[in-house]
Amino acid sequence: MSASKGIDPRGPRVGAGITAVLLASVVLLGASTAGLWLLTFIMLSFLLGTLRGTEGSWQGMLFKRFVRPRLSPPTEMEDRRPPRFAQGVGLFVTAVGVILGFFGLLPAVPIAAAVAFVAAALNAVVGLCLGCELYLLMRRTGLVKA
Amino acid sequence: MLGQVIALVVLVLGTAALGVWWSARQGAVRGPRATPAGIDWASSGIALADRVTFVQFSAEVCAACRSTSRVLGGITGSSSGVGHREVLVDDHLELVRTLGVLRTPTVLVVDGGGREVARMSGAVSDTQARQALNRVTTAVAEADGEGQS
Repeated sequence: MSASKGIDPRGPRVGAGITAVLLASVVLLGASTAGLWLLTFIMLSFLLGTLRGTEGSWQGMLFKRFVRPRLSPPTEMEDRRPPRFAQGVGLFVTAVGVILGFFGLLPAVPIAAAVAFVAAALNAVVGLCLGCELYLLMRRTGLVKA
Repeated sequence: MLGQVIALVVLVLGTAALGVWWSARQGAVRGPRATPAGIDWASSGIALADRVTFVQFSAEVCAACRSTSRVLGGITGSSSGVGHREVLVDDHLELVRTLGVLRTPTVLVVDGGGREVARMSGAVSDTQARQALNRVTTAVAEADGEGQS
């Protein structure tokens, strides 16, 4: 694995921090249409991150443009696949909330946001990738194929 | 609005507790799990070292697997008879089920006879890996003592 293929590991964590703040706002908005729209926006951000990798999401671009120039170079690079997989898990969780919300089940919106918040906040603060932790369980039960 | 604020506070506290708990568990050396005896490591393509082998279960989507791999690689480079074998869970799902491996990275510390002596899951630090090695040395000494008495 060459270093050039890696990404700055602080990028996904800063991005997760931004996402966590947005998800906390959805929890504060509660079962409301405003919350549903904000969660839809977050879901689309996860979609972007899943398709293009975390460095291609708008949070990743903010990091590259405004945060990275103020930091010393990273001591090590990280594989881009784990954070990208985590984006996919975030996409799934928020999509469930958004779909149920658009079908009129608004309480699902803050609940989905709360679940995604736990994952995003842990990623930002202690570097835990919840989706990655669950990967093997999902493989074992056949929910995810290689 | 008050209800939502309380919900958020509870959520943040719960997340913090989860984070502390998870961080404390990272790489902690635990006893071996009761696994069926006679795991045929060789048939799974895992060649054991003479004295002790770190068998690391990894996945492509696992960031902590990289650092763990580096730490264990460093230790095997500096100790004789100690091996490090890293396998992808995707290629060894049967073995993963048999051994009760739930997350990546999970490192099994296996002695020369193929018995699991300890296991660690989550990012493993150099100190933790050496702790696990000491455990093997102790276990071997005990086994020898029993043989002599």
